[in-house]
Amino acid sequence: MSAPSIAGSAALAREWHRHTPAERIGRWLVWLAIVAALVWAVRTVEIIPEFLHDAPEQMADLLVRMWPPDLAHYYPSVHAALVETLHIATLGTLFSFILAIPLALLAARNVCRNPVLNGLAQLLLVSSRSVNSLVWALIFVAVFGPGAAAGTFAIAFRSVGFVGKLLAEALEETNPGPLEALKAAGAPWGSLMLKGVWPQVQPAFWGIALFRWDINVRESAVLGLVGAGGIGVVLDDAINFFQWERVATVLLAILAVVIVAEIVVTRIRARLI
Amino acid sequence: MSATANQAARQAFAPNWAARAGLVALALYAVYAMAQLDITWARLATGFGEAGRFLARMWPPNFARWELLVEGLLESIQIALLSSALGILLSLPLGLMAARNLSPAVLAMPTRAFVALCRSLHYVIVAILFVKAIGFGALAGVAALTIASMGFIAKLFAEAIEEISMKQVEAIRATGAGLGAVLLYGVLPQVASRFTGFCLYQLDSNLRNSTLVGIVGAGGIGGTLFAAFKRFDYDFVAAILLSIIALIFLAEVVSGRIRAAMR
Repeated sequence: MSAPSIAGSAALAREWHRHTPAERIGRWLVWLAIVAALVWAVRTVEIIPEFLHDAPEQMADLLVRMWPPDLAHYYPSVHAALVETLHIATLGTLFSFILAIPLALLAARNVCRNPVLNGLAQLLLVSSRSVNSLVWALIFVAVFGPGAAAGTFAIAFRSVGFVGKLLAEALEETNPGPLEALKAAGAPWGSLMLKGVWPQVQPAFWGIALFRWDINVRESAVLGLVGAGGIGVVLDDAINFFQWERVATVLLAILAVVIVAEIVVTRIRARLI
Repeated sequence: MSATANQAARQAFAPNWAARAGLVALALYAVYAMAQLDITWARLATGFGEAGRFLARMWPPNFARWELLVEGLLESIQIALLSSALGILLSLPLGLMAARNLSPAVLAMPTRAFVALCRSLHYVIVAILFVKAIGFGALAGVAALTIASMGFIAKLFAEAIEEISMKQVEAIRATGAGLGAVLLYGVLPQVASRFTGFCLYQLDSNLRNSTLVGIVGAGGIGGTLFAAFKRFDYDFVAAILLSIIALIFLAEVVSGRIRAAMR
């Protein structure tokens, strides 16, 4: 009678471990890898100790020089650049949709049945996404020369990958029922797309457009640093002339536009979707 | 009136005049904006001619100066690692302070505003300011990307914490546990897997961004890229671009593997 109860309590007394030994070794190895990577980075990164030492002082000095912002400088030069930035962002988004819609149709496996074309479209979309907008801007400055045209195309080419990928995903999620019904009625391809597919992807489409426009407003603010137009040019000039009060004005203007764009996008999205 | 309504009902696909007007307005805006930005067909035509010459000069990519290339890439990786680590460490308290279910509104509101401020300035602009304030080099890049990381993951952390179930927290509190124990046993187990996901995502995006901050002098491969562009060394530019794309692609594959293993 007493023997089994002792054996039972011994089994209960066995210490419970959350992870198996293999899992514990795995976790330990992951932590080791993280720490080793950080130690390697800290030891080999070229940080000049003098710079690190007086960094807080220098930051404080910069902020003092920025105060008060030279608000008189806002009109007309900063204002014009700001409007140009908004034009670049909007027109870039528009161009990106013109390029992305055919690519998305080619990339969606239920719309285009040819796997070679699917793969080609996916490759183009991925390569557009993996080059940053500032690098696209450098390329288009070399192609079109400095100015807003380069910025617009940089924004457009960078957005194509993002927009095309999301649109293709939305296309692949459509219900084939309406399409089949239209096909049975003998509708041509254009009508199939317009009346069978478009009503289904419309909410996703507007969502993507608004989301990307919001991102593009932020991105187009920095394109000017490589000469691709917009408010970045004014910012770069002010920094190069050490006019810190003007820099503060430009930064405040960018901040205001970014916040306003975010509010506008959230409002429209709440109403549309 | 009823006659027109009937007619509209009978037409299976009635024309949507509002949408058509919207399209026309968009087209008019495009023409206006193109005129404002001085984008003309003549300019585009010469541009595409230039693009052909540009691409011809980029080919074949010149990997002769691979030492410079590897040095820049390694520095970019270092910047990404350090800024991710610092950003995550700083985001842990910030995320907690910004979560409205665990911290008082007096603390949550200013923290949320600070995090939003970190997020709303583009990281390249932050990088310029740091380059001017603390000098050229990797330090400025690390500082700028840390700020950007804080803006993104502190917000995601706060949202994850706000979505937890308060039952566990209350149970731990009922045992008389202090703040540390409540966080460790009531909050952390509920959010740990999502936090790991965010950290991985941030490391990935910091790696992309660290290849870029060099354009404004904040260290990494971007500086090499910008210098090559300025010297019209387009074959070296092609080599740098290809290696950046390879690096980012590799990082995406690795993080995809890790994500699949965690599930």
